[in-house]
Amino acid sequence: MNTPNESNQPSDTGSPADSAGTGRPSAAEALGGGAPGKSRAEGRELIKFQDVTKRFGENTVLDDLCFSVDTGKHVTLIGPSGSGKTTILRLLMTLIKPDEGTITVDGEYLTHEEKNGKLVPAGDAHNRAVRKKIGMVFQQFNLFPNMKVLRNVTEAPVHVLGMDKDEAAERARGLIELVGLTEHLDKYPTQLSGGQQQRVAIARALAMRPQVLLLDEVTSALDPELVAGVLDVLRDIAHSTDITMVCVTHEMSFARDISDRVLMFDQGKIIESGSPDKIFNDPDNDRTREFLSSVH
Amino acid sequence: MSWGLFENWILPGLWVTVQATVFSALLALVVSFVVGTLRTSRLWIVRFLSGAYFEIFRGASALVVIFWFAYAFPLLFGWQLVPLWAGVLALALTYGAYGSEIVRGSLAAVPEAQREAGIALSFTPMQRLRRIEIPQAWPEMVPPFNNLAIELLKGTSLISVIAVADLAFAGNVIRLSTNESAPVYTLLLVLYFLLAFSITRGMRVVERHAKRGVGKLPEKKSRSGQGDVAPAGGSTNGGGA
Ligand SMILES: Nc1ncnc2c1ncn2[C@@H]1O[C@H](COP(=O)(O)OP(=O)(O)OP(=O)(O)O)[C@@H](O)[C@H]1O
Ligand SMILES: [Mg+2]
Repeated sequence: MNTPNESNQPSDTGSPADSAGTGRPSAAEALGGGAPGKSRAEGRELIKFQDVTKRFGENTVLDDLCFSVDTGKHVTLIGPSGSGKTTILRLLMTLIKPDEGTITVDGEYLTHEEKNGKLVPAGDAHNRAVRKKIGMVFQQFNLFPNMKVLRNVTEAPVHVLGMDKDEAAERARGLIELVGLTEHLDKYPTQLSGGQQQRVAIARALAMRPQVLLLDEVTSALDPELVAGVLDVLRDIAHSTDITMVCVTHEMSFARDISDRVLMFDQGKIIESGSPDKIFNDPDNDRTREFLSSVH
Repeated sequence: MSWGLFENWILPGLWVTVQATVFSALLALVVSFVVGTLRTSRLWIVRFLSGAYFEIFRGASALVVIFWFAYAFPLLFGWQLVPLWAGVLALALTYGAYGSEIVRGSLAAVPEAQREAGIALSFTPMQRLRRIEIPQAWPEMVPPFNNLAIELLKGTSLISVIAVADLAFAGNVIRLSTNESAPVYTLLLVLYFLLAFSITRGMRVVERHAKRGVGKLPEKKSRSGQGDVAPAGGSTNGGGA
């Protein structure tokens, strides 16, 4: 299979923040100087999977997978349950390791490192360094229940990036304002609704100034009335910053809104990829059509 | 039983029992955390050694360990410990082994998703332990630590066998000198009970504090704060501060 290419897609990243009039900071402002800037080379491969195979026992979950995501692009992964979408994100998070093949992020190997010209399994420190470029938002939020909202957002910048405490708090306030939770700064996660928790989790991930944001069905654990608020925040981020996104979602209208490219997975392979217009309106593959009619 | 005996034996004995309990509890707490976290290590050799410590001290009689520190230790190392400290050390190592099981179990009960969230934010394993896993496991540890502290309090009476003049030792002295077993031992029962009771009261405060630290408010205030949907404006909950 060819590595899908996104050269046919115009950049979607220059559009202005859509939060004007609300008094909220735009996502670009809240992310501050650390946000992946416009100066960054467009079109560079930020994430690259090369012949990646992942098995769990007899079960081949990813089968010789090749694809790449260019800097600043938003790619959505769709496909039936068990097709390997979460596995891709967990590989990027180094929560699991590929059985074969390599993954690079911003030109650096993940779970491998080069020693004397050879690829060897990477140590924890190497993985941590590469992973700092990646932020993840989980389906179940996974906020730290022992920390209030503000500290959930500042903890990693202070202790992992070594950011000054006051600076981290100021940035965190900006991000929490961006996700519309300023009045909840001083609460514990258990005192928030699921939708509010998920928005804190988005702020927490952004506080690390990642180049890539991974989103794994971030609204599917939410009550229906809370979904829109979370998706609005993500739309804002997608439209007003240059952050790269890899997104697994069943919210097809959201996927259509933000994606530069959609990858359709089935049984660990990409069976079709293309622009959202193409995939959602006129898919080539029968299984894509079948899948889409099942989720609509 | 005269006031003189009470003043000369019971009161100092009570003080020694309190000291022995506090010192060995603090030391046992350190042992519990060190051994308990080592037992969750990724390295099998670390798990093996800390697990061996747990098995050995769980299987050892506290009384024999006390004798060992009082009588064998000086012979082997040429260094005599003050009896109270020999007792404290022996109790801390023994009860610390039990405590390590509490720590290990509570750490294991922290959801895997929390570990993954820590990894996703690039925390080191030590940082995850210190900032995420231990703080979340701590409220779960307090009630079993309360039980263990009371067991330890009662266990301190064993150190009277190496001539530490604690409460049990005082009771024995008075019984031998006056033959008044009934009032003396009744008094001792009451005193041990009162000590145990104050431990429980103290631990209750610790537990409430610990629960508040993970956003679980004390029962009487918790109704409004725990629901899935938070009250708008936050005017109804206790604030958790
Ligand atoms: N830790 C694991 N151990 C064994 N099998 C696993 C593990 N994680 C995932 N799998 C298997 O890998 C396959 C792909 O799982 P994955 O979670 O990537 O699917 P998905 O596309 O995210 O599905 P869904 O839409 O249901 O979330 C499934 O068959 C699953 O059972
Ligand atoms: Mg999944």
